[in-house]
Amino acid sequence: MTRPSDRIFGLVVILAALAYIASALQVQASFLSDPVGPKAFPIAVGIVAILCAVTMIARPDAEPEWPALRSTLAIGIAIVVLVIYAYALKPLGFLIPTAVVAAILSYQISPSPKVSVLSGIGLSIGLFVLFRFVLGLSLFGFPRGWF
Amino acid sequence: MADLLANLSLGFGIALSPYTLLLAIIGCFIGTIVGALPGLGPANGVAIMIPITFSMGLDATGALILLTAIYYGAMYGGRISSILLNIPGDEPAMMTTLDGYPMAKAGRAGDALVISGFASFVGAFLATLGLAILAPALSRIAYEFGPAEYFALYLLAFCTLGGIASNNQAKAALASCLGIGIAMIGLDPNSGLPRMTGGNLHLYDGIDFLVAIVGLFAVSEVFFFIESKGKSGAAGIKLRGRVTVPWAEIWTTRWTMIRCSVVGFIAGVLPGAGASLGSFMTYMMEKSIAGEKGKFGTGVAKGIAAPEVGNNAAAGGALVPMLTLGVPGSGTTAVLLAVLVTLNITPGPTLFVERPDVVWSLIASLLIANFVLLAMNVPMVKVFVKVLEVPPAILMPGVTMVSFVGIYSLTGSYFDLLLVVLFGVLGYVLRKLDIPTVPVILGILLGSKMEKQLRDAMVLSDGDWTYLFSSTISSVLIVAAIVGFILPIFLRGRIRKPQRVSD
Repeated sequence: MTRPSDRIFGLVVILAALAYIASALQVQASFLSDPVGPKAFPIAVGIVAILCAVTMIARPDAEPEWPALRSTLAIGIAIVVLVIYAYALKPLGFLIPTAVVAAILSYQISPSPKVSVLSGIGLSIGLFVLFRFVLGLSLFGFPRGWF
Repeated sequence: MADLLANLSLGFGIALSPYTLLLAIIGCFIGTIVGALPGLGPANGVAIMIPITFSMGLDATGALILLTAIYYGAMYGGRISSILLNIPGDEPAMMTTLDGYPMAKAGRAGDALVISGFASFVGAFLATLGLAILAPALSRIAYEFGPAEYFALYLLAFCTLGGIASNNQAKAALASCLGIGIAMIGLDPNSGLPRMTGGNLHLYDGIDFLVAIVGLFAVSEVFFFIESKGKSGAAGIKLRGRVTVPWAEIWTTRWTMIRCSVVGFIAGVLPGAGASLGSFMTYMMEKSIAGEKGKFGTGVAKGIAAPEVGNNAAAGGALVPMLTLGVPGSGTTAVLLAVLVTLNITPGPTLFVERPDVVWSLIASLLIANFVLLAMNVPMVKVFVKVLEVPPAILMPGVTMVSFVGIYSLTGSYFDLLLVVLFGVLGYVLRKLDIPTVPVILGILLGSKMEKQLRDAMVLSDGDWTYLFSSTISSVLIVAAIVGFILPIFLRGRIRKPQRVSD
């Protein structure tokens, strides 16, 4: 199969759109309904999406340049770290998670341990001062109960 | 005319208060930096700043002035890295590399920056005047709009965005569907029952478009930087010596500037075209007017002025449909529309009657902002040149953290942060596949409204579909939508377009 990216993506879209339409068919209609109702528009959107996806499969564009394995891995690490950050921000406060995550992201862009650690710590403290004291956001610097 | 002056004096009354003036200046400064940094464009810049603006508790006028000043500033700043690094600071500044970099390479980096700074000023200033004149007139026409007309208008926005501004109709339309589909998630406005939530309580309020904007525009950019390891590849040109103003050379470009202002402004007003197309059209126009003797591409003043006038004029023009009709003309104005909606301000014809203070203080602030930007971008340009030396390894983590904290301080929910990451991954994949992300934002923003207008129209007509064609305005809009979507397929072979549109 030539030019697989567009075709695979098209296939994913078709499956997602079918699931979307199926979900739209399950929407409860209230007795006070208008002529169109809550189902028609989402179903129409799903159908248009399927038509577009079929076109993509039939006439795919030139293959994009996907990153090499190492870069893919680096992006994967970044995603995992950001997901952990999302969960950690509330219980652990701002400073520690931000320093760790910023350092890891920095390392993924330019692999120099010194620069990464420094930019992690610098960004964490700098942004905390900016957000907390200049912009006046209510952020907790440390886990509750430390001070 | 008397109306215009009265309105403008109302606007200047608010805009000249020290606090508002300070916001405009801060916005200009941040905007120029954002624009100058390669990889961060006006849409990213405004997107990152939105949550912070809200959590600072600015009122509608203040928030809007700050963010539009950033928008204008980014349009000015984009040229700096185009000229010095041969990398466009943002998408609309792409055409500026064609003559800007050669001129800088010839040892005239200072002149190139000054000429383009003046050009930016002329384009943005004339476009802001155009906005002040055209917007009230258009808002009077918009009073005629009912549900059928609004539905047709939204359709037009999606179709022209997909038709003119993209390289592949199917992909652009798919992006619109994705956005509209996401907009359906949450409670159905007519019946109050949940739709497409999969039973997840977090989704009952729908997906906040700020989350989508930050993910698609800011976080996906970080992934691109990780992929390229922050390498830019081009050798930067240093700016040496004093920066002087080449008056004579600027004077030779006067007609170019005026022509391009008009063309750029029109490109901006058309829904979906935006600043990238504005600068592309003006550059190509001037190139064909100048002909072979014009030596476009070798570092001539007109070649620098044309695209810079074009993109700044389009930036102003794109505000016209956003303010009067609630339909953004470009990606960044879509983001600004999101701001207005979040501030409980409904753009459209009533805005000019009900909240003239917001509209006119915005226009007055933009006029002031132009002078501030001229000062920042001509005498003080060296300050911003320094910004280019910040390594991406510090910059991009900073951008990520600012985006996350912005969203977190706005919603306080870890679920929204997860969605930001998800939209970041989605944005990365979409951009890799050359699927534009702007229609996704537009879909999330306008999808529910589009459905509501359609359903209202059908309630009015008792389910008769021909009602959509019952008025001249709606018929014209629907026909324009279809033509705008299909015609570019046939013109594709003849007109080459900028590769991707993200402003």
